Amino acid sequence: MNPSNYIVLSALLFGIGAIGVLVRRNAIVVFMSVELMLNASNLAFVAFARTNGNLDGQVVAFFVMVVAAAEVVVGLAIIVQIFRSRRSASIDEPNLLKY
Amino acid sequence: MIGTPATTGEAVLFWVCAILAVLGALGLITSRKAVHCALWMALTMISLAILYISNAAPFLGMVQVIVYTGAVMMLFLFVIMVVGVDASDSLIETIKGQRWAALFLGLALIVILAWGLGSALSGVPATGVDAANREFGGNVQGIAHLIFTQYLVVFEVTSALLITAALGAMVLAHREHWKPKPTQEELSKARFLGEEHPGNRPNPGIYARHNAVDTPALLPDGTPTELSIPGPLRARGDIAPVDIQDVHQIEEADSL
Repeated sequence: MNPSNYIVLSALLFGIGAIGVLVRRNAIVVFMSVELMLNASNLAFVAFARTNGNLDGQVVAFFVMVVAAAEVVVGLAIIVQIFRSRRSASIDEPNLLKY
Repeated sequence: MIGTPATTGEAVLFWVCAILAVLGALGLITSRKAVHCALWMALTMISLAILYISNAAPFLGMVQVIVYTGAVMMLFLFVIMVVGVDASDSLIETIKGQRWAALFLGLALIVILAWGLGSALSGVPATGVDAANREFGGNVQGIAHLIFTQYLVVFEVTSALLITAALGAMVLAHREHWKPKPTQEELSKARFLGEEHPGNRPNPGIYARHNAVDTPALLPDGTPTELSIPGPLRARGDIAPVDIQDVHQIEEADSL
């Protein structure tokens, strides 16, 4: 299996995740799209590791997973906190920070 | 271990999992309800785990299943339940033309990334990590060797990050009680002196033709009342329609 197949799949998932971040309004769904982008980059790292024949790419993907897990915990806590004060999970609501 | 020479089995596995992963990703950005998005996302993550394993990264595949599908997605579902299943997306565009611009730019990003990286790698044969795996006796051992030698500092910093994240989540999710908790007596007074009827609400299906939870109870004059439907169902709009014609027919039959 040529590594470029995995890279193209990873690019496709990354792009779909980016579209999701830009288009969706619900903060949780935007967050899930960010997770999708992280996963896509992980796939690219794993494919690169296999292409180069060393395990560094896999280690980097592992660290990306750790950071993503930490990020999810804090991000979801912020979403819950915003929902408690505003009764809404829409990312258009907290624009009051502007004024 | 699936190694360097491309096997037909790997190609089949790749195409099946790739199609499932893209399907899940498309479902994630198109589903209206957040719960459906989370389930599509889980499909994508499991497909990616299989792709990791077929890419000679069994450790990462297992971590993907345990951490992402197991912990992260369940946390997402948990928060969706806290925030409310009715928190579906609004379809109003705040910035005019944003959706089409986002679609165009996203597709352009896909084309640039796929074309650039894909064509750069198209002639490169995969070396395969079999040799690297064999050096220390396996994939897990190889990764462990790298983490605890070359990436030791990063690994230590990761522990600080995890502790900070756990602390941050606790601080953010903590709710300060400004007022003392209401006692049972106060709650009871509030209930009987309040505007609402202190008694039970009508059960679903009272005087109705079905006893399903989503069937509204009928008031004595035959009109359905939404008060009998549980709150989450009401918020979701899952209320079974009541055929007024039927009700009138029954009334007429009774009066004869």
